[in-house]
Amino acid sequence: MTIKEELVVHVAKLAKLEFEDEEIHGFTEEFNNILDMVERLTGLDTEGIPGTYHGLIQENVWREDVSEKGTDRDELMKNVINHKDGFIEVPAMFDDGESGA
Amino acid sequence: MNLEPVIGLEVHVELKTESKMFSPAPAHFGAEPNTNTNEIDWGYPGVLPVVNKRAIEFGMKAALALNCTIANDSKFDRKNYFYPDTPKAYQISQFDQPLGYDGWIDIEVNGETKRIRIERVHLEEDAGKNMHGDNGSSYVDLNRQGTPLIEIVSEADMRSPEEAYAYLSTIRQLIQFTGVSDVKMQEGSMRCDANISLRPFGQEAFGTKTELKNLNSINNVRKGLEYEINRQEKLLIAGGALAQETRRYDETTGETILMRVKEGSSDYRYFPEPDIPNLKISEEWIQSVRESLPEMPKDRQVRYVKEYKIPEYDAQVLTASVEMSNFFQETVDHKADPKQASNWLMGEVSAYLNSEQVDLLDTAMTPKALAEMINLIADGTISSKIAKKVFRELVTNGSDDVKALVKEKGWVQLSDTSTLMPIINETLDNNAQSIEDYKNGKDRALGFLVGQVMKQTKGQANPGMVNKLLKEEMDKR
Repeated sequence: MTIKEELVVHVAKLAKLEFEDEEIHGFTEEFNNILDMVERLTGLDTEGIPGTYHGLIQENVWREDVSEKGTDRDELMKNVINHKDGFIEVPAMFDDGESGA
Repeated sequence: MNLEPVIGLEVHVELKTESKMFSPAPAHFGAEPNTNTNEIDWGYPGVLPVVNKRAIEFGMKAALALNCTIANDSKFDRKNYFYPDTPKAYQISQFDQPLGYDGWIDIEVNGETKRIRIERVHLEEDAGKNMHGDNGSSYVDLNRQGTPLIEIVSEADMRSPEEAYAYLSTIRQLIQFTGVSDVKMQEGSMRCDANISLRPFGQEAFGTKTELKNLNSINNVRKGLEYEINRQEKLLIAGGALAQETRRYDETTGETILMRVKEGSSDYRYFPEPDIPNLKISEEWIQSVRESLPEMPKDRQVRYVKEYKIPEYDAQVLTASVEMSNFFQETVDHKADPKQASNWLMGEVSAYLNSEQVDLLDTAMTPKALAEMINLIADGTISSKIAKKVFRELVTNGSDDVKALVKEKGWVQLSDTSTLMPIINETLDNNAQSIEDYKNGKDRALGFLVGQVMKQTKGQANPGMVNKLLKEEMDKR
């Protein structure tokens, strides 16, 4: 697999990042170097070794369903640029986003 | 060109837990904006989301009720996108190892049963809520952010808006019986997106699909699909091509409006949620959750017909909601005749709930009270006419002792000869013409006389008794 510049541009757009052409060239090269390195791993014999799907070896870390009072709203709002009547104020969004999708 | 609709539905159901999916903030409706939230919900750096065990259990219950296989190995993934109601810029969801898979439900349309397959049931967190202002700003409330959700994804097995309607009604009913959610579309605890495409009859490959959003009632799902089938059909017949897009249903116009061209799944750049270790779900756990499931509607229907000898139709109506079904069960457990209990619940009670727009459990009437009232009718203590008054009293004020209530209100039916005879004699004395008419074979005269006695006793006389006594007395005269 080879990464093309269009893909880097696309991913940058999804991440809402902007780059100069030169930077895009650089990232494309770096991504391809990473893929080359991963490619080398496929040369190893993994016959009979189960796949790893997660970086942690722990399992089933959970809490009981007990609620605790929410954090003081005024405290939380200290990190908000604009707020009004207890709501966080943001530039208008006309799309419904992925609400619960 | 003869076109066939192909429909698949994605249903989101909010789980009724005490706390959120990954944070201990309260998962309740109706609080002041941004008060049921904490640093985890806001996605502050360095916070650690920890799974709510009950949410997993609830998800398993729902998945089992939908006949899914529960995965022994499951995990969470990050779904990346930017939107202000999701402050982390990703939603914790499940991508390639959903909690449940390969399920199915049976739906009924026009008297025919059809099996709809369910691809998967997975767990995720809900987003916050956006309100659009008219001043170029939107306002975000994160109270809902992090509420546990399950997403139920059907296979594209439905072929008409009616099937989609039946599918959703059945999903809602089944989930409601499990008790893990309120499943109310108007309150948003159940939401539905629909995928719809058309293809020529007989063609195997799917056509280009549209995703419909903002379908905020089961009825609107049907209407939105009808509109969309029409729109796509016109386009295709005119030789046009469809774009894969997301459209929103507008309730006021009944139309669907383009929102955006749909992104592909790869645009979400899913990857395993590094903060949450994998889930290992043992067969013992699955078994114990399975055993904790209540008796489901189909099983109840069969049992009601067999055990209580009520018609199949009654059994179906009574099991439409878990409240109604439980109420019926308890009424019968309080020794009411099952058919009478069914008649009352399907008739007078349902009519009252409809006209007052209230839920069964919001009325003051208990199953015990309904059973007592039914038994008072059966033993002749009250007339069925008076019973309607008693019923009104029960739903508005309730009663612990219906027998005492009817005595206190003076609603006990007059069946006692010594009380009725003086009234009967008085009525006959005042209506000599009616006696004569009766003797001349005019049956209507008897009805008139019964009516007079009922009027005299303010409806409390036992009509059968009055009938009998009137006849006997007139024969003597």
